[in-house]
Order: sequence, then C-alpha cells, then structure tokens
Amino acid sequence: MTDLTTQYLILSAILFSIGLAGVLRRKNLLMLFFATEIMLNATNVAFAAISVHLGDLSGQMFALFIIAVAASEVAVGLGLLILIYKKYGTLDLDNLSIMKG
Amino acid sequence: MESYVYIALFAPLVSSLFAALFAQKPKVQLVGIATSILIGAALVASVILLLDIEETGKAVSVNLMDWIVVGDLDTKFGFTVDQVTVIMMTVVTLISTVVHVYSNYYMESDKSFNRFFSYLSAFVFSMMILVMSDNFLGLFIGWEGVGVCSWLLIGFWYHKKDETRDVNPSISPSWAANEAFIMNRIADLGMLVGIFLIYWNLGTLKYTEVFAHIGDLSHAMLVGIGIALFIGAMGKSAQFPLHTWLADAMEGPTPVSALIHAATMVTAGVYLVIRANPLYSQIPEVGYGIAVLGTFVAIFAASMALVNRDLKRVIAYSTLSQLGYMFAAAGLGAYWVALFHLAAHAAFKALLFIGAGNVMHAMHDELDMFKMGGLKKVMGWTFLYMGIGSLALSGIYPFAGFFSKDTILEVAFNEHTYGIWFVLWLTAGLTAFYSFRQVFLVFFGDERYHEIGAHPHEAKPYALWAMAPLAIAAVTVGFFKEDFVEFVTKFLPEYEMSEHTEHMVVILTIITTLVALTGIVVAYLKYAKGLKRDLEFEQNNKIYKLLYNQYYIPVIYDRVFAKPYKELSDIAWKEIDMQVVDASVDGIAKFVEKSGDASRKAQNGNLSSYLNWMAAGLVFITVIAAIAVAVQ
Repeated sequence: MTDLTTQYLILSAILFSIGLAGVLRRKNLLMLFFATEIMLNATNVAFAAISVHLGDLSGQMFALFIIAVAASEVAVGLGLLILIYKKYGTLDLDNLSIMKG
Repeated sequence: MESYVYIALFAPLVSSLFAALFAQKPKVQLVGIATSILIGAALVASVILLLDIEETGKAVSVNLMDWIVVGDLDTKFGFTVDQVTVIMMTVVTLISTVVHVYSNYYMESDKSFNRFFSYLSAFVFSMMILVMSDNFLGLFIGWEGVGVCSWLLIGFWYHKKDETRDVNPSISPSWAANEAFIMNRIADLGMLVGIFLIYWNLGTLKYTEVFAHIGDLSHAMLVGIGIALFIGAMGKSAQFPLHTWLADAMEGPTPVSALIHAATMVTAGVYLVIRANPLYSQIPEVGYGIAVLGTFVAIFAASMALVNRDLKRVIAYSTLSQLGYMFAAAGLGAYWVALFHLAAHAAFKALLFIGAGNVMHAMHDELDMFKMGGLKKVMGWTFLYMGIGSLALSGIYPFAGFFSKDTILEVAFNEHTYGIWFVLWLTAGLTAFYSFRQVFLVFFGDERYHEIGAHPHEAKPYALWAMAPLAIAAVTVGFFKEDFVEFVTKFLPEYEMSEHTEHMVVILTIITTLVALTGIVVAYLKYAKGLKRDLEFEQNNKIYKLLYNQYYIPVIYDRVFAKPYKELSDIAWKEIDMQVVDASVDGIAKFVEKSGDASRKAQNGNLSSYLNWMAAGLVFITVIAAIAVAVQ
C-alpha cells in the first residue's frame, strides 16, 4: 500500500470520526444532517482512494452514486426539517422525544 | 345379504345420530319411537341374516373400505357375519329393541330423555362393531366404544352429588362411571398387548388369517397371547379381581343395567374367548386357569348376592356369577355351551333387570328389598315376569337356564374336573336361593312399603308388552338347544360328552335340580311369610358382615390402590408439577417480562440517545468480529 493511499485513508478515518462525534454529540437536528454528510463524504474519499489504488473504477462509480443519493436525501431531509420546525418551533432533539416506549 | 349386514350395523348409528340432534332439547317423544324402530330394523336384519346363514351355512363378509394401510400393516374395515356373530347380533339387537321400547316408559319423565336414547343407540352400534368385525382391531374399536357408552350411561345422572365410598355406601353415578372406565382401561392394556403380540408374530390381525397360522407360533408365545387377551376379557366381563365396577355400575338407569351390564357388554369377554377358540384350544392349561377363575367368580359373586339388600345389586352379582359359569364352560373347551348360556342368560337377565326397573318405579326409586314386600297384589305381571326370570336363572325345568347351566355342569363333570363341578353345583343352589330370596322379599310377605309411604303401581301396559319377548325367550330357548348346537358347531368346535357322562346325565340333572329346589325352598321358608330380621346376627356375625361388605374388597382397593395413588398424585402435583414444571415455565415467563420491563426504559424517544446506543452496538459488533478474526 503506497504512502499516499494510506494518507487518504487516514483522512477518511478522521473525517468519519468527526462526523460520528457530531452525530453522537450534537443536539440540533440540522447539525446531525451535516455530521451525516461528513461521514458520507469520508466514505467517498475512502472509495476513491482505494479505487485508484486498485486501478478499478467501480469504487469511484460508487462514490458518485453516494453523492447523488446524499443530495436527494438532503433535499427530502431539509423539507422534513422545515416542517418539524414549523410544527414544534424547535429542532432540539431533547425536546422532540414524542415516541416513548 | 350384504345390505342386511349394513342395515344391522348402521341402523343403530343412524338412530344415535338422530337422537343426538335433539340432545339439548326437552323430551321429544318421536326420538324414543324412532330409535326403537331403527333398532328394531337392526333386529329384523339380524334375524334375516340368521335364517340365511342357517340355510346356506356360509358366512357373509363385507369390506367397507381400507382402513389403515401403512407399510406392512394393511387393515381393512371389514365385517363378517358367521354363525357365532349372527347369534350375538340377534341377542344384542333383541335385547336392545326391548330395552329401547321399555326405556320410553322408564325414562318418560326424565329431562334428558333424548340424550339417553342417543347414548343407548350408540352403545348398540359399538356392540355391533365389536361382534361383527372380522379383525382384532375392529373388535378393539367396538370394545372401547362400548366402554365409552357404558361410561356415559352409568354416569347418566352425573348431577347427583359426587360422594366417595366412605361417605355414602351407595356411591354416586359419576364415581361409578369413572370406576368402571378406569377398571376397564387397566384390562384393555392387557388386551392391547395381546393384539400387539398377534400382529408382531403373525403380521395380520384378521381372524381367519390369524387362526390359520396360530399353530406356527411357539407354545410360550401362545400362552402369552392367550393370557393377555384374557386380561382384556376379565375387565369387560368383570371377573375377579376387576369385578367391583359391575355392582357399582348399577347406579346407572335400570334399562342400561339390563342392556349393558347384564345382557350384552359384559358378555363381550366371553365372546372374545369363544371367538379366539382356535387359540385357546392350543393352550388347555390357560383354558383350565380360565375355568378355575370363572368357577371362583361364580361362587364368590353368588355368596355376596346372598346377603345384599339392594335389588339391583343382587341381580348384578348374579350376572357376575353367571359370567363365571360361561368362562368355566369356555375355559374347559365347550365353546358352544358358553355361547348358549350367554344367549339364554341375556334373555332372562334382561327380563329380571327390567322387572327390577318396574319395581323401582313403583317404589319411587327405593332399592332396599327389606322395605318392599307384598307387591304381588299390585304388580301381578311384573311378579310373573320376575318369577319366570328367577326360575330360568335358578335352572328349573323347562326354563332356559336349566338347559344351559345343566350342560355346563355336565361339561365340568365330563372333564373330570370334579372340583369345578362341585363348586358350580353348589353355586347353582346358592343362585336359586338368592333369586328367590329376592322374589319373596319383594313380592311376598308383609307390605313393608307402607312404612316409607310408597304407593306402588303396575307399569304401563306397553312396557309390560315390551317384556314379553324376553319372557317367551326365557321359557322357550332351552327347547332349541339341539338346533342351536347344530347351527353353531358348523363354526365352533364340537364338544362330545364321553359315554360315562352320558350314563350319568340323568343323575346329574336330578341332583342339580334338587340343589336348586332346595335353595328355593329355603328361601321360601325364610322369607315368604314376612321378614324377621335378626339384627344381632346382622351386626355381629363375622361371615355375614364379610359378605355384606363384599369381602371388604372395595375398601381394600380404596386403601391399597386409590388412597396411595391419590397421595402420590398429590406429591406429584405439589412437589413436582408446581415446584419444577410450573416453576420453570413461570420462571421463563418472568424473566422475559422483567428483562422487557428493564429494557423498556432505553426507549425514551430521544433520537440522540438512540444514535448513541446504535454506535455502541456497532462498536460492540466490530470488536466481536475483530476478536473472531484474531482468534482464527
């Protein structure tokens, strides 16, 4: 494994960890979305790096798919967020616990 | 002819199902009439078959359908009507018809009138399967069927309070029904073992095939099969030590006692031994054992009948005693003699029971003979019928019992089993005594029924007419003995008396009749002029008490089997079932409930904490996977 690929993977891991930390620690739903995007892009970086490393284009194609899916996900998600905000007046997760066991 | 076989077999079933339609409804007179007619149709079909078989001498066989075809086992639902079967069919349907008609009178004010007829017809159907089946499996189905119907009918008045023997010597119907059923189950195990052994060794259950190859088996195996089958017969025919249920079965309605517990079902055991005659002919030592047991039961039951005061129980004991006679004859190899006594006994014993039913009705269900007396004046016809029945039972010329019982005694003499002969001879005397003790106590002497405020009345005319065929049979059957012998020995082995016995026949007959007459005279002297009770004798005489308490056998069974079994069951219930089985099942349920309750708190509705849990789970699984990979 070349140094460059390793460095890209390390970057991907760092980005993923940042995203995961955001998902776990953030209380604002919008911020959670951002964190998810970071995690998705971390995987994209990893895909692209390994694709180049192996000389196989499938990884890069997969990354493109993820970008498309993530875009549509954000489009739907933001719409929902606006509706939630209109309904409850907040995006704080601690105040949105309506489905309890 | 085959259609007659089907009519004889299925008319009772149709009858039962028809009555069952009305089971929950109040009395419908049509049910009683329709069932009587349908059973009558079965009787007509049986008689037609009887005449046909007498003419052609050939058995009629029908194959209804394949029943069980699994691997090597190929059992058909087949029925065959041969000489023995047709005799049984005629006896069963004759008594059934009479009892059905009579039940219209006896049960006229019972609120479960329709249900009663449904059960009664179902019994007839089961009994027909039992006698008509051409294989052991069909016999067993009928065997269990009559057991169930017997249970239903003994416990017919199940609503009467359930009391054990300690509380009430005249026990409750539901208790009696269970006792009868459980006793029979014990014996049925023996029967099943016998059937398994037959199948195991011969690979077939069809009578003709089994008996054709029975000689191939080893002697020890034959003895095993013979004993196992006889254990089954002991249960149904209430032979010692499985006899106690029969007397208790008298808690059922009286027509039931007449049909099931005197004339038909209890003779199924005898029928089995007669049917399996090729088997028992091979093992005379088992046959001898059967004869000895039968002889013992004959005198054992007769001795209990001597002192009993319960009208129906006396007749029940006499049934036991007569069954003993039948087994004695069958065990000694005189199969047709046993069958003849079976047929004759069915007629006069049903007559006696139905007569007892009339008396019960007249006395408002009082059964204590010491409270009756002098009923001859008001119940002339019943007296006549019961008199005929008792004379036939005692074996007085020219009644049926004279011919059949005398022949059994001759057989015992002919076989040089003088011990058996002597005991049976003595029993004949006892039989005459207790039969006429009953007649004299009920119909003669002072009218003690005034004390209990009874107003006896004669039964309705059609009930009395219904009894007439039985009375005629009880008087005339004996004269058909020669025809009977010729008819059944085409199927059953003949039994020839030796010349020595032929010489002795007249003397034997005379001394047998003498002992019977002595019994009657003693009964007359003691009871005909009125009842003089010797209370001190009744309370202090050990033998009297022994006999009156049925040799304490019910009590012994209660103490030795029932009570310890109940205690064992209590332990099994409280210690094993509650502590182990129930506790572990409950434990699993509790664990699930508790853990669910605890983990419920995790579902707090906060997305953030869900995500935390998810991440923790992910980490956990990753770690496990990593460890797994590392270990590999």
